[in-house]
Amino acid sequence: MSVLVYLALGAGTAVFAVATAARAWMYARAPIHLRWELYPVPHEDPEKVKHGGSYFEDKDWWTRTRHYNLAGELRVMVPEMLFLKALREFNRKLWYRSFPFHFGLYILAGTCGLVFVAAVAGLAAPALMAGPLGTILQWVYTVSGVAGMALAMVGAVGLLHRRLTDADLKTYTTAGDVFNLLFFLVAFGVLTAGILLKSPGDPSVVALVQGLLTFDRTLQVPGLLAAGIVLCALLAAYIPLTHMSHFVGKYFTYHDVRWNDQVNLRGSAIEAKLTEYLTYRPNWSAAHVGADGKRTWADIATTNPWEGAKK
Amino acid sequence: MKDRIKLTDMSRQDRKPLTHLENEDLMPLPYPLDSPEKDHAWAILSEKVTGSVECGLDDTCAINIPQPKTKEEEDELVRKFLAGLDKLFTRENNWTFLQPLVLSMEHCAKCQTCSQACHIFEASGNDELYRPTFRSELVRRLYFKSVKHGGALSAWQHGDIEINWPLVARLAELAYRCNLCRRCAQTCPIGADNGLVAHELRKLFSQELGINAKECHDNGSVLQLKVGSSTGMSSLVVKDNIEFIDEDMMERTGIKVETPWDVEGADVLLIHNAGEILAWPENPGAFALILSAAGIKWTLSSELAGYDSINYGLWYDDAQFARVAIKHAQAAKKLGVKKIVLGECGHAHKALSVIADRILTGDLNIPRESSMTLLRDIVMNGRLTLDPSRNAFPVTLHDPCNLVRLMGVVEPQREIVRKICPEFREMEPHGVDNYCCGGGSGFAIMSGNNFQDWRFHVSGRKKMEQVLNAFADCMDPSINKYICAPCSNCKGQFRDMLAYYDLWNKNRILYGGLVELIVNCMVDAKPGFIDWEWH
Repeated sequence: MSVLVYLALGAGTAVFAVATAARAWMYARAPIHLRWELYPVPHEDPEKVKHGGSYFEDKDWWTRTRHYNLAGELRVMVPEMLFLKALREFNRKLWYRSFPFHFGLYILAGTCGLVFVAAVAGLAAPALMAGPLGTILQWVYTVSGVAGMALAMVGAVGLLHRRLTDADLKTYTTAGDVFNLLFFLVAFGVLTAGILLKSPGDPSVVALVQGLLTFDRTLQVPGLLAAGIVLCALLAAYIPLTHMSHFVGKYFTYHDVRWNDQVNLRGSAIEAKLTEYLTYRPNWSAAHVGADGKRTWADIATTNPWEGAKK
Repeated sequence: MKDRIKLTDMSRQDRKPLTHLENEDLMPLPYPLDSPEKDHAWAILSEKVTGSVECGLDDTCAINIPQPKTKEEEDELVRKFLAGLDKLFTRENNWTFLQPLVLSMEHCAKCQTCSQACHIFEASGNDELYRPTFRSELVRRLYFKSVKHGGALSAWQHGDIEINWPLVARLAELAYRCNLCRRCAQTCPIGADNGLVAHELRKLFSQELGINAKECHDNGSVLQLKVGSSTGMSSLVVKDNIEFIDEDMMERTGIKVETPWDVEGADVLLIHNAGEILAWPENPGAFALILSAAGIKWTLSSELAGYDSINYGLWYDDAQFARVAIKHAQAAKKLGVKKIVLGECGHAHKALSVIADRILTGDLNIPRESSMTLLRDIVMNGRLTLDPSRNAFPVTLHDPCNLVRLMGVVEPQREIVRKICPEFREMEPHGVDNYCCGGGSGFAIMSGNNFQDWRFHVSGRKKMEQVLNAFADCMDPSINKYICAPCSNCKGQFRDMLAYYDLWNKNRILYGGLVELIVNCMVDAKPGFIDWEWH
């Protein structure tokens, strides 16, 4: 049983990491698109951010030095990531459900980190972890685990309820959307039950991670706990394969689209990329485009099919 | 209560419209438009239209797709549509918007947060067809099914949709029920963009099937590339018209104005939306007077497209967009000007300053600036002697989406209006949170069939509410009121809306640009530049 648990944990983590990285890589290697920003852009001059302004408000803007205001970006990004600020502002009813769900997941991710640290520290310095530090760490990850699990499950139930009862959401809810939320509930529910119902002699969560790290096949993992771990590992592997990977997509929608106001200057890296794209050979079929798969974008854009034609 | 439209209804085989709006269904308006029964009845599409073109979506028809005569024709159109859909997701064909489009396809959480931000959805009385995600969800299902070749598992995860000609024809129309104002995208917690999806859908139809709005393509970008301007004015005609405007300005202000043409090495190449020259000649006239009085070394260009900043390709076609943008840059390059300044036209601002930024390379990458900043510099630095008391009437400022939310030019025009209009009041909300005038993305110039009825009743309704609220304390017809709209397309929409509801005659609400307000309070000019007559 322990081997199955280890394999599931390892595979789930690996698939999550690889699939997440692959998705990020796919977006990152996409061509630089035409600018499509939306204001306010928070890395602008703070005085301009107040009203949503841009450098286009400055006379002869191209002669001025532009400063990238990272603090301004963080002021928007951090509350957005942690507290789903946009949802709170524009869709409060859903935020009451979505925020606990997401915040619960963050806490659970943090808990996993703490458990891992405790496991490694326990192997490296057992005496240290047997002391007050170990006790404090155990207390912290236990509380955070309970809080995270409770918030995530309450949020998931709330989201599922809203998806199934709100007419505005129902039209757009697919079987997959319902399954996704149920998957969270079942995986977290079984894991919670497995932890709560395990016998005092059964291995702790930290011991399980230590077992994974040392590949200790002698560890006896109770069936329910094993099922919970396997389900959570499957869930971790499943998430980046779906739209729930919006934690990846969101980075790009914000940084590469909404906030991408980077100017194309002569001789810049952007211009070099654009020059390359203009050699692409499209094959759009409408006659007015004049694309035949041989002509480049540059050819098409610099050809005026109507020049000299009579009105 | 009406039945809620389902996504699957889009594939319905009959040509019966999926929805019908009555005035009572629409978002209520404040006084004096607060009684739906007194509102105009919508014109009904004629049998000739319904029998010959595809109008199975709603009460109107924007792009007049001829009905296929045979099943084979239908199948061929569907095949082309799917081929175009594939092309939207390839680097070679759509590097211009590939990344944002894929992100919007793959990460919508379907939370509907965007819906309440959409003025069309709200104005329609929350009709499902106009929900911003309705269109996007259809495209998303097509993406997973056709582009990603999703099977049963994908359909289970992402939802299924039956692909047939009625769906394709309705989607083409539905792409023209969005102003592309992107207010919805601004509220999306994920950053998905329904406006972009509508934009890309229009591109697909135009670039693959040659289906587009005649007003934007044949009478728009094609005409501009053919004769120089989508107004149909050749360079000879436009010079004649400007000469007449100069003379008229002299008469009205007492200040001699002579618009310079093709001045090599000028500091500023000013490009107007040429529609101004025909519809609102006082606007280019006022520009000429202000720039000359401020001592700016400026010029107009008589090159093909160099005197018309319009770039309708922005709304429906990348190839047309790029061609016109390059023409603008070439006109500036030929004259060797220091910068291009865009007149009062929102989409021209965004087209040449923002979007074309990644098309113009090398020596075509000539600095572009908004006239708002140049005017702010002139007004706020005291380069003109102004008497704000001449503008002592209620003024509100409309924020063109392209200029404000999509380009970040928010304050310059406000600084001017605050300085020269003592009775200025904001609409709510305003700035980057503004609402579209309802004429955005080409609607202001689209008037085929009964499309105007839809644009007045639905897409322009929220803006009308804002205007009436802004002037709620002064609706009495004895008080002249002015909507300052520094954008040609927005002015077109205001002109038509105010006329439709007779708000000039009944309540004395006029509209106009920003430069007219400046000239109206120039001490050196004869008083009364703003003509308080309907035009």
